[in-house]
Amino acid sequence: MELLRYIAKRFLQVIPLLIIVSLISFFIIRLSPIDPLAELRLNPSISQETLDKEMKRLNLDKPIYVQYFSWAKSFIKGNLGYTSAGEKVSTKLKERIPNTLLLTTIVIFMTWAVGIPLGILAAIKKETALDRLLTVVSSIGMAIPSFFFAILMLIFAVKTGWFPVGGLTSYNFNEMGLLGKIADISKHLVLPVIVLFTISLSGLQRQMRANMLEVLDSDYVKFARAKGLSEGKVIFKHALRNAINPMITLLGFEFAGLLSGAALTEYVFQYPGLGRLILEAVMKSDINLVMASLMMGTIMLIAGNLIADILLMITDPRLRGRS
Amino acid sequence: MEVLRKIFQDKFAKAAFIVLAALYIVILFADFIAPYSNTYSNRSMAYAPPSKIYTIDERGKLSRPYTYNYKREYEPALMQTVFKQDRSKKYYIKPFVKAEGYKFLGLIPTHRHLFGVDKGGELYLLGTDINGRDVFSRLLFGGRISMTVGFLSLLIVFPIGLLYGGISGYFGGIIDTLMMRFAEATMAIPSFYLLIILAAILPSGMTSIQRFMLIIVILGLIGWAGFARVVRGMVLSIKNEDFVQAEKTIGASNMRIILKHILPQTTSYVIIAMTLSVPSYILAESGLSFLGLGIQQPDASWGNMLKEAQEFTNILYRPWLLTPGVLIFIAVLSFNLLGDAIRDVLDPKSQKRI
Repeated sequence: MELLRYIAKRFLQVIPLLIIVSLISFFIIRLSPIDPLAELRLNPSISQETLDKEMKRLNLDKPIYVQYFSWAKSFIKGNLGYTSAGEKVSTKLKERIPNTLLLTTIVIFMTWAVGIPLGILAAIKKETALDRLLTVVSSIGMAIPSFFFAILMLIFAVKTGWFPVGGLTSYNFNEMGLLGKIADISKHLVLPVIVLFTISLSGLQRQMRANMLEVLDSDYVKFARAKGLSEGKVIFKHALRNAINPMITLLGFEFAGLLSGAALTEYVFQYPGLGRLILEAVMKSDINLVMASLMMGTIMLIAGNLIADILLMITDPRLRGRS
Repeated sequence: MEVLRKIFQDKFAKAAFIVLAALYIVILFADFIAPYSNTYSNRSMAYAPPSKIYTIDERGKLSRPYTYNYKREYEPALMQTVFKQDRSKKYYIKPFVKAEGYKFLGLIPTHRHLFGVDKGGELYLLGTDINGRDVFSRLLFGGRISMTVGFLSLLIVFPIGLLYGGISGYFGGIIDTLMMRFAEATMAIPSFYLLIILAAILPSGMTSIQRFMLIIVILGLIGWAGFARVVRGMVLSIKNEDFVQAEKTIGASNMRIILKHILPQTTSYVIIAMTLSVPSYILAESGLSFLGLGIQQPDASWGNMLKEAQEFTNILYRPWLLTPGVLIFIAVLSFNLLGDAIRDVLDPKSQKRI
């Protein structure tokens, strides 16, 4: 019950946040001298009727605050307008968002599965050769620019021929059976996942190590040791549970970082995700698409944070009493 | 001084500092060290591979280092043009040769470069790019932009963040709530998305200096909110200390208390945050320029030089075009290592962790 109330409260807090974000993005984009319909007008396959509809939807002849409200109203209704190529923005987003979510979810799961144990290991073996090695490796992982690493991976793919060099599906994807399709997608995912995994792993491993060291230094761990508990019990029953809580908060931030990092990686690998979509939209000054994908990116980010907060609420009993 | 000594006790930090110092010295004297200027271009030598440097002559004797020019030849069997060495004339690499004129440190006009070959010779240490420009020289000039953009953005981020966080934390109440909601909203937009949008709406037809300035401002606009939030948290705890109460009783103005008494207390955090955030600005600039939204041609930055590595034929057959990526990596790694060491020394809480 308490949990539900908390979730409801957090949901309500999201609404003003979204309004402010939409205001910021709307005015940033409108500050630019770009005519939002210019690209549409230039496309001969778009009828005057569609143009008029867009004109009316966005109220472009009215003052800017009216424009904002009409944009917001149609956004809530799910009417996002047309891209400069004449497609519906909403269909385009529906196509791209799952791909980005797929990529980021896999990466988050993998970084947690590898980063947390490595962080614990480094903390337990503090100041040994292993810990130093992990520190050096994580420093290197943090310093490689994602796009540069992606390019190196592409060279690897071309030289060995083991992996496809971009995209998400092969040209004959539609002819494959279900298993074939899954295998095909996984094959395309390997390289982008490796790039994003390497880059986000380092930060996670370091953070976990730092948390673990702090917890291992605390009084209750000392007490547990003094009681004569086995080292395994001390670490896994007492220390780990406390060290992992701050990591859950970080999950939200990690998601944010991944969304940004994924944009460049998607671009290099020609991966059909949200990041590349917004990039292409920006390059073509496709205002409807830019606005919509910016909002969707934000919503995904906020949702990521929300999930992290709720998870934290479940795992950390101390928080429940407070709210 | 004590602090510096402690930082340099860390081997990695010391090495990182030396690397960074060397990089900054090299880019400061880029005009002098680079054999060619930023705009030099030899159209007939596009994508020439790095010049081979020999120290042993054809009779097997030790010689002063020399190189040969390249000539382009069409190879019918391969159906492509290949670069062959023109063995007819040796060009010795000499110190302080006379070449293109420039102003040393922007002041003294001179023609001398640190090293080079005589007139007629070509020396491309790291090959050339699509326009026949010397990659090595452009790396040095590009470093000027890539290595300073981070610091210049910090000049925008830190005053805004400090003042914003200071005011928000000090006044509290409704002002605090409103200011923090706004900061959180800017943080909720995926930063890279915001970055490319801001860069894309920059009007075209700006001079390169204007563009450089605006890129710095944009990078600054991305980072301030997170910083402001932390400052606010610190101010919240500082403002209840006795010395702040004492200032209030003697009638100091709010602004004076914030600027002169509260914010200085955050100095060590600010230094840590600064060194730790430089790399992210370097990475952001290179990412933007890589996409073609940052520093524009003909100016060089490490990011926009890597733009050429987007083409398959380039990365496979012209690996020298990848060198800017290596430099970004080295610079970011060094800043990270140095930042870690500074944090360990200045932040007492993390000290016991190492």
